[in-house]
Amino acid sequence: MMDFGTGAMIATIFTLSCFTGYCVVLRVTPALHAPLMSVTNAISSVIIIAALQVTVYSAHGEFGEVTTARWLCLVAVFLTIINIVGGFMLTKRMLSMFETKKKKPGND
Amino acid sequence: MISFLVHAACFCGQVTTQLPVALSLFILTLRGLSSAKTANRGNLLGMAGMLLVIAAPILMASRNLLFTKPSQMYFFYLTMCTLVCGGFIGYRVAKKVSMTALPQLLATFHSLVGLAAIFIAWAVQTSPYTFGLIGSPEEYFLSEINALELAIGTVVGAITFAGSLIAAGKLHGIIKGTLSYKGRKGVTLTLALILVLLIAFYTICPCTHVFCPILAISLMLGYLLIMPVGGADMPVIVSMLNSYSGWAAAGIGFTLNNILLIVVGALVGMSGAILSSIMCKGMNRSIRSVIFGGAGATTAPTCSGTTQPKGNVKLCSGEDAAIILKNASTVIVVPGYGMAVSQAQHALRELAEALQNDDVTVKYAIHPVAGRMPGHMNVLLAEANIPYEDVFEGGEINREFSTTDVVLVVGANDITNPAAKTDPTSPIYGMPVLDVGNAKTVLFIKRSLAAGYAGIDNDLFYKENTMMLLGDAKKVLETVLRSF
Repeated sequence: MMDFGTGAMIATIFTLSCFTGYCVVLRVTPALHAPLMSVTNAISSVIIIAALQVTVYSAHGEFGEVTTARWLCLVAVFLTIINIVGGFMLTKRMLSMFETKKKKPGND
Repeated sequence: MISFLVHAACFCGQVTTQLPVALSLFILTLRGLSSAKTANRGNLLGMAGMLLVIAAPILMASRNLLFTKPSQMYFFYLTMCTLVCGGFIGYRVAKKVSMTALPQLLATFHSLVGLAAIFIAWAVQTSPYTFGLIGSPEEYFLSEINALELAIGTVVGAITFAGSLIAAGKLHGIIKGTLSYKGRKGVTLTLALILVLLIAFYTICPCTHVFCPILAISLMLGYLLIMPVGGADMPVIVSMLNSYSGWAAAGIGFTLNNILLIVVGALVGMSGAILSSIMCKGMNRSIRSVIFGGAGATTAPTCSGTTQPKGNVKLCSGEDAAIILKNASTVIVVPGYGMAVSQAQHALRELAEALQNDDVTVKYAIHPVAGRMPGHMNVLLAEANIPYEDVFEGGEINREFSTTDVVLVVGANDITNPAAKTDPTSPIYGMPVLDVGNAKTVLFIKRSLAAGYAGIDNDLFYKENTMMLLGDAKKVLETVLRSF
């Protein structure tokens, strides 16, 4: 590897991700801004990974040990899974509304 | 067989394989939203990415089920129960919620991201060793850079949580009114300064006695930032909090050196930022004035200079409106929040169908800030099965108003106000508005003649070619429909 510190690498990744996000989101049609918000809400709950790694098994192999940190992470898992399932389901529901065309008038 | 599954699980669980795949899937999710045709596929890819992310640690841990005593794994089972319960709650909420209540639901979801970030940061604070941030349990203190990242993650998370909760309360109508007192800017700045000093202190001494005040002040700051914001600014606030929830995730990612969190956080943060900037343009407000506490919004309406003599308002009955609409050949509908409140979108679609049967062309014009969040109106119209192709963005359709026979404004006000173009003293001066007044006839459906959210009078009500239908949007539309 080049001599390239971890900090510099993380900063680079962060900057490039910002640009990627900018380019991708700029192309989203205004009509789909509501599904965009709900799906970004779901994927930002990816922080569940940080909590899950602690609740299901500790990185250092202490399986039986129950610490405050594990309980706190369990709460975080609970909060984020609501968000993940809710966010994706809501997006799906909204998008299915955009799909239904003139075919079925009158009933929803 | 089991051994094969375990090996497959280990392979999937490895960061090297999982990370690029999950990230690509998330980027494709956002990319899919560029058109309604690919959006659903994008959403499925996002679900797949999330499943991959969640499944990896669970599969890795379940490998240990084979050679660990069940009694030692009870936290694993507890986690599974939590996932199922939480997932069920999320599923129910997403299925049940009405599309009118969408903005407050999303604000609540954002607050959950913020709260989860707080809890994770707190967990890191209590035991950095569990997260692998320090070499051994005995070595208590975090390194300076880790402490700084943790503090920033906490601050963003707490501001997101408190702010989103307030925003959700306001959107739901639980929290009424705005907070305004003298020296608001001073108080906010002082708190921010104290916060910066505390964070600086925390990097030297990362202990709970410093962490708790940081958390408390951030929560207070979140409250003070969002509480003074008025109803009209809500689209900006909701998208801004969307952005904050992304930055909160990125903040936690920085703390834990987790690339997945950093990238996803940046994507979401940017998405929210773009939406906020679109909303700001739609209201002609600078993004700075909104981020720093929406200072302009609360002061502007009080100094509104529109005290011109009020002309006569022409009221019109449902029957008259039906005749006017039937005799038109082109109709543009301008929906606003009033339509959402009275759930009038279904009645509107029935009316539009009746008109289309009479060979009247019906189009819909949507202003960027027409609802309470970006894209709110589009979802409501889509919910009522109004075809996607008939719905146009404000900029696309604005020239067509002059060649239109009838414009039907359903529960909108400020977004049609000509004062934004003609009156430099008006608080909304410079805001892009729909040139509804250029049409031959304007039909306004409104609950009352009261001013809109920006607190200003609309000259359009007193114009020659404007007719007012006062009442609840749904009831009025049904009356019009009955006279067909």
